[in-house]
Amino acid sequence: MTEILPFLKELISAPGLSGYEDPAANIIADKWRPLVHEISRGTLGSLQGLRRGTGKEPRPSVMIATHMDAIGLMVTGITDGFLRITRVGGVDVRVLPGTPVNVYATGAGATVIGASRAATSTGEPNVRLPLPGVVAQPSAQLLPEDARDGPVALEHLFIDTGLLPQKVSELVRVGDLVSFAQPPAQLSGETLTGHSLDNRASVAALTVCLEELQARPHVWDVWAVATSQEEVGAIGAAGSAYQLRPTIAIVVDVTFAKGPGASDWSTSPLGKVPTIVIGPNIHPALHKSMKELADKLEIPYTLEYTPSHSGTDGWATQVAAEGIPTLVIGLPLRYMHTAVELVALKDIQRAGRLLAEFIAKLEPDFMDKIVWDK
Amino acid sequence: MPTIGNAQLKLLEKLCNACAVSGDEGEVRSIVMEEIKDHTDEVRLDAVGNVLATKKGSGKSPSTSLRTSQSHLRVMLTAHMDEVGFMLVADDGEGLFRFETVGGMDVRQLPGKAVVVGREHVPGVIGARPIHLTTAEERKQKISLDALRIDIGPGTTKVKPGDWATFATRFQRSGPSVLAKALDDRLGVATLIELIKHAPPEIDLLAAFTVQEEIGLRGSRVAAYTFNPDIGIALDSTPANDLPDWEGEENITYNTKLGLGPAIYVADGSTISDPRLVRWLAETGTASKIPYQFRQPGGGGTDAGAIHKTRGGIPSISVSVPHRYTHSAISIARIDDWKNTLSLLQAALANLSPDLLATERA
Repeated sequence: MTEILPFLKELISAPGLSGYEDPAANIIADKWRPLVHEISRGTLGSLQGLRRGTGKEPRPSVMIATHMDAIGLMVTGITDGFLRITRVGGVDVRVLPGTPVNVYATGAGATVIGASRAATSTGEPNVRLPLPGVVAQPSAQLLPEDARDGPVALEHLFIDTGLLPQKVSELVRVGDLVSFAQPPAQLSGETLTGHSLDNRASVAALTVCLEELQARPHVWDVWAVATSQEEVGAIGAAGSAYQLRPTIAIVVDVTFAKGPGASDWSTSPLGKVPTIVIGPNIHPALHKSMKELADKLEIPYTLEYTPSHSGTDGWATQVAAEGIPTLVIGLPLRYMHTAVELVALKDIQRAGRLLAEFIAKLEPDFMDKIVWDK
Repeated sequence: MPTIGNAQLKLLEKLCNACAVSGDEGEVRSIVMEEIKDHTDEVRLDAVGNVLATKKGSGKSPSTSLRTSQSHLRVMLTAHMDEVGFMLVADDGEGLFRFETVGGMDVRQLPGKAVVVGREHVPGVIGARPIHLTTAEERKQKISLDALRIDIGPGTTKVKPGDWATFATRFQRSGPSVLAKALDDRLGVATLIELIKHAPPEIDLLAAFTVQEEIGLRGSRVAAYTFNPDIGIALDSTPANDLPDWEGEENITYNTKLGLGPAIYVADGSTISDPRLVRWLAETGTASKIPYQFRQPGGGGTDAGAIHKTRGGIPSISVSVPHRYTHSAISIARIDDWKNTLSLLQAALANLSPDLLATERA
C-alpha cells in the first residue's frame, strides 16, 4: 500500500468548489486510473471509477461515495478593487476575517496576463493566477453599529488581493470562485490540518480501499465515486446513484470529532476509530454486517447515532431510483468547515481497510440473505 | 542611495516570517544583529532586550545643544521588533492548549487560523466549533477567547504553557503589494536596517530595535533614556482603514490610505509630534518630490509616546508605512509606500540642520 499522505496533501491544495470540481477530479482520476478498470464522469461532474468483480454477470455492485467538492466563497461584486462575496456551502462567517484565500480570476484580463507571463519576461511581475488574497473585515467605523463588536455579516466583508482597483476590474468578474488557501500542515500524533479535508480525507480512505483491493479478489463490482455538489445538497451522489444503480451504497464522510466546542453525544474521538452510522438513513442489515465484520477483524469503531438526516450523500443515495440500501461510515474531523480542519491519518487508513474487507467479503447472494423482520 | 529592491524584500520576508511576540523577540533580534553587525560603530543588547546600535557622524555640532559635550546632532530612530500574538497558558491535554492574547487583538480575527508555537515553530491551529453544531442565536455572537484553543495534535511534548505563538502566515507578494503577518513593525525594522547600512554622514544615528512596544512602549522608554538623544523618530506601521463605508458614504475615518506614501504623524493618542519635526519632514518630502501623507490625528500610539517623555523630554515624531488589517493573520502594504518612506527619511536625515531645534516651534 502506497503512502496516502502526499496524495491527500495535493488534493486539499486544490480548489474544486461545489459545481466546479474539475481541479480535484483531475488529481483523483490520475490516482485512480491504475486502480480501476474504467473511469468516467457523471453528468453532474462526479468521478466514477469501476473496478469489476470476479462474479458471474450480471454482477451485483457496491458504490462507495465520497464527495470531492469543497465549500468556499464566490465573488458577487467589486467595489473600489475590493471583492464582495457570498458563500458556497455552509460557511460560518465568523471564521472568515483574516483568512487567506485564492481568487480564481476569469475576467478578460486574467487570460491575457497568464499568457503574457509565459511569453515575455517583462510582463506584470507577481500577478499570478490564482490571485492570493485575504478576507478583510473593515474597521469598526465603517460598519453598522451592531457589527462593530459582534460578528461582521458576510455582506460587509471583502476580499483584498493587494492589487490596484483597475487591475482587479480587469482580472476578476462576478461569479469567480474563491477557495481557502491554507496550506496543508502535519501536526502531532499523525494528524493533518488544512481546508477541504471535508471530504477529501474520505476520498483518500476510498483510495486506500482501492489499493487494498488490488491484492484482494472481490465478487461484486465496485463503483468508486468521488461525488460532486454534496455541500449544496448531495446533488452529484443522487445523479450517480441513479445512473449507476448500485445494489448497495456505502457513503464515507467526515463526522464531528471531539474537540474544542464539540463534546456532546454526536461527537467521536479523533484518531481512535472510524464510525459506523446507525439511524433511519442506514439500512439495518448493512449496518449489522459491517459491525460484525469490524468486530471479527478487531478493527475498532464507534457507533454514530443520526436520529434523522445523516448530513451526507447517503441521504440522497437511499432514495435514488427505486431505493438503494445505504450505509454511512464516518471519519472524525475537528473544526469542520473551517480552513483548518484536522483529521488523523490512522482513521483514514482504518476506514479504507474496513471498506476493502467488507467489499471482499460480499457474497453473490448477500442481498438474498437479508432478513428485515424476524 | 539605497532603495527597496529584491534584497530588501527578501529581508522583509525573513523578518515577517520570523516569530517575535512581545517578550520573545529573540528570533527577530538575531536577524537584526546579523544584518547590522558590519555597519555600526557600536552595538549592544540592553537590560530589556533592545538592540542599541550607534553610527557616529562627522557633521557640525548643534550650536544650541543643551549637551555641549556632544559633537553631533544625536538622532534616535526606533523600530519595534515585537509583534502581537499569543501565550499558551494551560494544557488541556490531547494537544489542546488554552491561550491568552499578547498585545491588542480582535478576537474575531482568531477562529480558523493556523499558528506556530515556540522557537521551533511547531505548527498548530485555532479551530472553531463546526457550523453544523451552532444555533442561529449563537452565530449572532462573536466566538469568545475562552471557547478557543490552540491545537497542535495529540501526543507531543514539544509545546508547553508559557510558550509564545503567532500566526503561521507566510510572506507573499501580489502585484504592487506584500501580504504578510507582522508588517507592524517589520517594515520599520527593515527600514531602520537600511538606514544603518547607508547612514547619513552628518549626524549620530542612534538606532534602537525595541522590545515590547505592543504591550505598552516599554523597550523604547529605556532605550531613549540610555541614548539620551536630541531627537526621537519612531518608524512604525499604521493602519490604513481605507475600505469602503458600508452605507456608501465617504470614508472619513481612514487614518491613512495605501499608496499615498509615508504617514507623518502630527498627533496620535500618545504624542503631539514636535511641530518643527513635522515641518522638516513635510518640507523635505515636498522639496524632494517624495509623496507623503499626514496620518489622521487621533488615537493609537508608537514608541514616540514613550520617547518624548523620557528624561527632561525629547522632541519626537513618528513616520509609518501604512498597512491594512492590523494585528491580524495577514496585513497588506504597498511596496511603493515603503520605498517612499525610506526615501523620505534618507532625504530628511541628509538635510537635517543641526540648528533645527533652535527654530521656532510653530
